[in-house]
Amino acid sequence: MVRQLSVFIQNKSGKIASVTRTLYQNGIDIRALSVADTADFGILRMLVSDVEKARTALANENCIVSVNEVDVVAVPDRPGGTAEVLQILADANIDIEYMYSLIDRGTSDAYMVFRLSDEANTNNVLEELGLKTVPGKMLGLN
Amino acid sequence: MNRMYQPEIETASREEMKALQTERLINTVKRVYENVPHYRKKMEEKGVTPEDIKTVDDLYKLPFNYKQDLRDTYPYGMFAVPMKDVVRLHASSGTTGKQIVVGYTEKDMDIWADCCARALTAAGCTDEDMVHVSYGYGLFTGGLGADGGALKLGATAIPVSSGNTQRQVTILKDFGSTILCCTPSYALHIAETMQSLGVTKDDIKLKAGVFGAEPWTNEMRHQIEDMLGIKAFDIYGLTEIIGPGVGFECEEQTGMHINEDHFIVEVIDPDTGEVLPEGTQGELVFSCITKEAFPILRYRTRDIGVITREKCSCGRTLVKMTKPRGRTDDMLIIRGVNVFPSQIETVLIEKGYTANYQIVVDRANNFDSIEVRVELSPENFRDTVKGLDKMAKELSEGLKVILGINAKVVLMEPNSIPRSEGKAVRVIDKRKLLD
Repeated sequence: MVRQLSVFIQNKSGKIASVTRTLYQNGIDIRALSVADTADFGILRMLVSDVEKARTALANENCIVSVNEVDVVAVPDRPGGTAEVLQILADANIDIEYMYSLIDRGTSDAYMVFRLSDEANTNNVLEELGLKTVPGKMLGLN
Repeated sequence: MNRMYQPEIETASREEMKALQTERLINTVKRVYENVPHYRKKMEEKGVTPEDIKTVDDLYKLPFNYKQDLRDTYPYGMFAVPMKDVVRLHASSGTTGKQIVVGYTEKDMDIWADCCARALTAAGCTDEDMVHVSYGYGLFTGGLGADGGALKLGATAIPVSSGNTQRQVTILKDFGSTILCCTPSYALHIAETMQSLGVTKDDIKLKAGVFGAEPWTNEMRHQIEDMLGIKAFDIYGLTEIIGPGVGFECEEQTGMHINEDHFIVEVIDPDTGEVLPEGTQGELVFSCITKEAFPILRYRTRDIGVITREKCSCGRTLVKMTKPRGRTDDMLIIRGVNVFPSQIETVLIEKGYTANYQIVVDRANNFDSIEVRVELSPENFRDTVKGLDKMAKELSEGLKVILGINAKVVLMEPNSIPRSEGKAVRVIDKRKLLD
């Protein structure tokens, strides 16, 4: 599994800019990013080059940060690639809490980041279904 | 008689106390009737003369005084001595209207210092302690009041005043402060600042805090005690009566002892003005019976509480009042329901939030809305929308149980709610702007 950084985002302008600026100032690369938004708040989720360093830097700026485990799955980069993966999960009755995508240059695969429901969020569920999970190292994540 | 500054008074029998109060009340009523047109006029309107006050039980015959009376006679119309005898003036902040001003003679200052010394002593302060006063020094009674008590005790007063919170932490650490005096919300802010500076409770020598000037809950008390590694005591007071030191908690913490040799307390029905029996909740009314410059009688505090004369396990016989739930001035009426900020605070802390919160009340289409803004902490952050929504919903449900109305909960980032260095601003009532 891969460690993901989540940041609580209060609804006010400039907040995401300030988070990304802090990461930049600490020399941290953002490899994937997604925002969950509601009327009152948002959650910024990221895969970054150095999760511990990012966590410390943001916590020092009074951000609310947590580190969670997610799965990164290689998906064939062609029409139907994502649909096939999601069908496998659907057939196995596995619920997805949230997902977003990640592109890595120079491979024939695309990647999907999955946070499965709490019951399914274990190490080898996806492997057992024959899906190809990718370790963080391969994506340049520490 | 441990932890008592004036044990002969603090443990006096009910009869002794009543005799003392009777003598002092009679003198004060006579004095204000003769010297202050305001009191004479009010008494004449009610058909009462000083001769009608024969014992302390006749107190109910006297007319009430309200904050409005202080405003109407502003600045010096209720002073009972010539200005040349007044050695000190203090004023209320005027946050709920025009400011009011009160005066003290040299003897009044001495009484005030005694009252605060009793409060400090009850919190475990002796002449060997270092009393760190972070109430504002100035017209506000908090700073100089606590300072006077510390001096009277022979402790070391550290007049830090409020503000510059990082420096407060440095002083706590370097000077070795053992007793902290400030508002409870500022104590919490100091504790948070300590944490952010990496100063732990083992790095400081504080053992107790005497906190007051705003209503606070027991839940907030435990939070402060935990963060600072101290025992936290409540102190009660009003500028109109004398400032801090009207009442104070002993180590039993089952209410606040009132310094009733100086201030007589009554509990009345706020609607009818009738005196209520002991043990019944009502509005607290105070009469000053020893003060020379500003001896206000039957002052309507708007504070809601209950009193008991049962002897306390600490040994004191001084009448006790419950920790006021809040002033009726602080009470919000939302859709016809009475809501005290302290009720909301209780729920927040029970649910694992901090006491950093703000209540926003608004009105749209004649419908009141209440929003409770509360800061998230890293420990209770969930990384899913579902998780955070659930937290907000649980909090909202908890509030509904206590308040009986639906409140919207908004989760905020740490430090996004402004910190106060004095009395916390808990409520933003936008409805008032529309009037």
